[in-house]
Amino acid sequence: MDFGFTTAAYVVAAVLFILSLGGLSGQESAKRAVWYGIVGMALAVFATLIGPGAGLWWLSILLIPAGGIIGYQLANRVQMTQMPELVAAMHSLVGLAAVFVGFIAHIELGRVMVMGAEEKKALEGFAKLLAKKDAVEIGILRVELFLGIFIGAVTFTGSVVAYGKLAGKLTSAATKLPGGHALNAGAAILSLITLIWYCNTGGFLPLAIMTIAALFIGYHLIMGIGGADMPVVVSMLNSYSGWAAAAIGFSLGNDLLIVVGALVGSSGAILSYIMCKAMNRSFISVILGGFGGAAGPAMEVEGEQVAIDADGVATALEEADSIVIIPGYGMAVAQAQQNVAELTRRLRAKGKTVRFAIHPVAGRLPGHMNVLLAEAKVPYDIVLEMDEINDDFPETDVSIVIGSNDIVNPAAQEDPNSPIAGMPVLECWKSKQVFVSKRGQGTGYSGIENPLFFKENTRMFYGDAKKSLDDLLTRIS
Amino acid sequence: MKIGTPKEIFDGENRVAMTPDSARQLQKLGYECAIESGAGLAAGFSDATYEEAGVEVIKTAAALWKEVDIIAKVRQPNETELKRLNSEKTLISFFNPGGNEDGMELAKAKGANVIAMEMVPRISRAQKMDALSSMANIAGYRAVIEAGNNFGRFFTGQVTAAGKVPPAKVLVVGAGVAGLAAIGTSTSLGAITLAFDVRPEVAEQVESMGAEFVYLDFEEEGGDGAATGGYASVQSDEFREAQLAKFRELAPEVDIVITTALIPNREAPELWTKDMVEAMKPGSVIVDLAAEKGGNCKLTVADEKIVTDNGVTIIGYTDFPSRMAAQASSLYATNIRHMMADLTPEKDGQINHDMEDDVIRGATVTFEGEITFPPPPPKVQAIAAQPKKEVKELTPEEIRAQEVAEFKKQTKNQVTLLTVGAVLLLGVGLVAPASFMQHFIVFVLSVFVGFQVIWNVAHSLHTPLMAVTNAISSIIILGALMQIGSGSFLVILLAALSVFMTGINIFGGFLVTRRMLAMFQKS
Repeated sequence: MDFGFTTAAYVVAAVLFILSLGGLSGQESAKRAVWYGIVGMALAVFATLIGPGAGLWWLSILLIPAGGIIGYQLANRVQMTQMPELVAAMHSLVGLAAVFVGFIAHIELGRVMVMGAEEKKALEGFAKLLAKKDAVEIGILRVELFLGIFIGAVTFTGSVVAYGKLAGKLTSAATKLPGGHALNAGAAILSLITLIWYCNTGGFLPLAIMTIAALFIGYHLIMGIGGADMPVVVSMLNSYSGWAAAAIGFSLGNDLLIVVGALVGSSGAILSYIMCKAMNRSFISVILGGFGGAAGPAMEVEGEQVAIDADGVATALEEADSIVIIPGYGMAVAQAQQNVAELTRRLRAKGKTVRFAIHPVAGRLPGHMNVLLAEAKVPYDIVLEMDEINDDFPETDVSIVIGSNDIVNPAAQEDPNSPIAGMPVLECWKSKQVFVSKRGQGTGYSGIENPLFFKENTRMFYGDAKKSLDDLLTRIS
Repeated sequence: MKIGTPKEIFDGENRVAMTPDSARQLQKLGYECAIESGAGLAAGFSDATYEEAGVEVIKTAAALWKEVDIIAKVRQPNETELKRLNSEKTLISFFNPGGNEDGMELAKAKGANVIAMEMVPRISRAQKMDALSSMANIAGYRAVIEAGNNFGRFFTGQVTAAGKVPPAKVLVVGAGVAGLAAIGTSTSLGAITLAFDVRPEVAEQVESMGAEFVYLDFEEEGGDGAATGGYASVQSDEFREAQLAKFRELAPEVDIVITTALIPNREAPELWTKDMVEAMKPGSVIVDLAAEKGGNCKLTVADEKIVTDNGVTIIGYTDFPSRMAAQASSLYATNIRHMMADLTPEKDGQINHDMEDDVIRGATVTFEGEITFPPPPPKVQAIAAQPKKEVKELTPEEIRAQEVAEFKKQTKNQVTLLTVGAVLLLGVGLVAPASFMQHFIVFVLSVFVGFQVIWNVAHSLHTPLMAVTNAISSIIILGALMQIGSGSFLVILLAALSVFMTGINIFGGFLVTRRMLAMFQKS
């Protein structure tokens, strides 16, 4: 089929993708939005397969379902608590694909460059496009190609490391090789040199060197970022995979790739921005890894942690009228969302107001808690975000903190020297009583002491979140 | 330093200011502990249990007072005890500084530092040492138990084979700590509980304890409870009349009345008048927790239980906490222990009597030969004053002005951004060839659309957004598809791999998103 049809299909697909992202503004429209995305993707693939320049289509048709089967298995097997890992792992695939496609474009370019004028006329598809280019355009093409491979490679290793950290296969602490950021900067400068080299010669060697440098940057950059910052990292990698696609789109002269790449890239960038704002951290400081240096010694925490048993919590819940539950990563780790949901159902059946307060960075990726609670069939209209519920804490009888720590740390407001000073937090300590379900007396992911646990109205409900809640459920009928 | 507790010499006082548990904690603060032989006996703590906890048992009171640096006791000290003080010693005890001029003078003359436990300010930081509250809690509980002891029927209503029993109706007047404790006990025993307080803001607390709040048909400028440190203040005559009328109405119905109304440093207000007592059913019980201050019922005789002519029992005991000496002692000892912890910030067994500290300053009545009572108002408000909505005070003009300023700022930002963007774009356009610019325009517009669209995505949908953008970013498959046919074996291999991987991604990403979204449901 001719070129016009493919372009038309691309336009429709682009519109569908935009609608697909825009539809995520509400839970109901989101269900429709996914279908837009699926149809858009199917249309784009179909149009490309029958479009000009696509040979070996039988191989493609064989490979797509093969990959699809694996994807299907993954999607159905994955636990909702493992979502962050899955997303990170899938980013790495996109990154690697971008690197490969970049390489292919390079090989093609080399092939076309050596052809004579007669042979060029016989070409079609991408090669035909290449053949038409003049010297300046080829220069630009090389830069685009180079960028695509670079970003793709960073995304690939970065995502692999992020996956390792989220899955607990790598240490979540921020670790750096000796040399720290100097190594990253060195690798970046090396990449810049190879770019100039590549533009002048067009050889494969500079490309290969750059790829290795970029792979290293991705690895080292993400290794240097602590586990608590993972939500930002995941959305940042999401953004990168988009930019990589856009860069490849430029070099292939494919508008749909550019459009979608730009959509994904800007979406990831905005998400990263929202996450950073929620943690009151600058994007730069997150990327450069580790918490920014505190200006002075952290405030001494005084008082003691007072423990309570399930009976005590049950009694307080029986007496309370309004209850706010603040879930965190600990709930995900303990797989306690079903118990939380059951507790919520029982309390609501007694006519109590039960609501959930979700901090923007609770969990390990944006919206993590919402997904877990949704999985456990907690109605989403009682799941509120920080700004919606923070003012209601003084009127709340009982707040239950389940496996969160830094996001309820009053030090963010009270102690200017705290590493998290100024980060917006859920002000649960303003409620009449706070119960904290926590495994032990240790500090949270960020390693900061939490004065909340020492407050007068705080009682510590020690134990694995799931076991504790099981215990509690036997006491609340 | 050494901290010691003598045996209480007040008649019928069973409590003790140090328990083996609290002694262990005090030792952790670096103090040595001592106790007079037999001091804990009435509360159920033998000398042996103290010795086990590492407490030195001293035979006589005189020796103890001489030996220790800090004396912790329960009741207000008498003259003999005060005379044993000197400038080296600190006394921590109930002291009743408002009505104990002589005691304070004597302590001042002796140069001792005295901390009066009832003067601990009512701020949240000091709750752990608020002995009045912990004693009131016991009194409230015990009041219900005493009432039950003298009440001839069940608290719960029951329908049995032997006949129907109506539930007891309990009225609690004054919903302070004691009142709330009484409400809790009474409801948990199964009685129908009514409660009244002059502070309408406690209605919520009353209801939270399971009792019904008795509202008056009376409009008055509600006194701000925060201004008096959470205590009740004197009411106007009209209010009092309305209140008594309500009680008169209730008197024939209720079986048990527990009055806890006290106003600091005043005689207890009369709330349950003689005619109300007469209107009550025979067998009813009144427990007057204000008996020590003259009683909320004028018929109350302090420290005694009387039965009126119409068969109403009036209990006027003033020693409820002492009647539960074991419980009261352990709570009081813990209060003392917390006070010591605040006095010993270094945990080195040395008292640091910091008169800058609100709590310590407030509770101290004599310090280094000076009387420091009454204390200045604490720097921290007892209860956060009702939040003043200052934002609301803005006039419409000011709001308008603010909006205009905001709008102008926004406009300025946007125009700046647009100008910079446009200049950059034009700059690129000057050098880049036309074929590049075509794609570049598409790119810039897409970024712009992306920004516009993503801001509207609901926060709770961020994870699905990531999954869906992840799936969509596998659009890179197009690059592989376009090239798979045209080239060498290496090209085909790389392209095939890319197609395969992105295939995983497309299906995985969309399916996971669908799975997630299917879970979101409305209640």
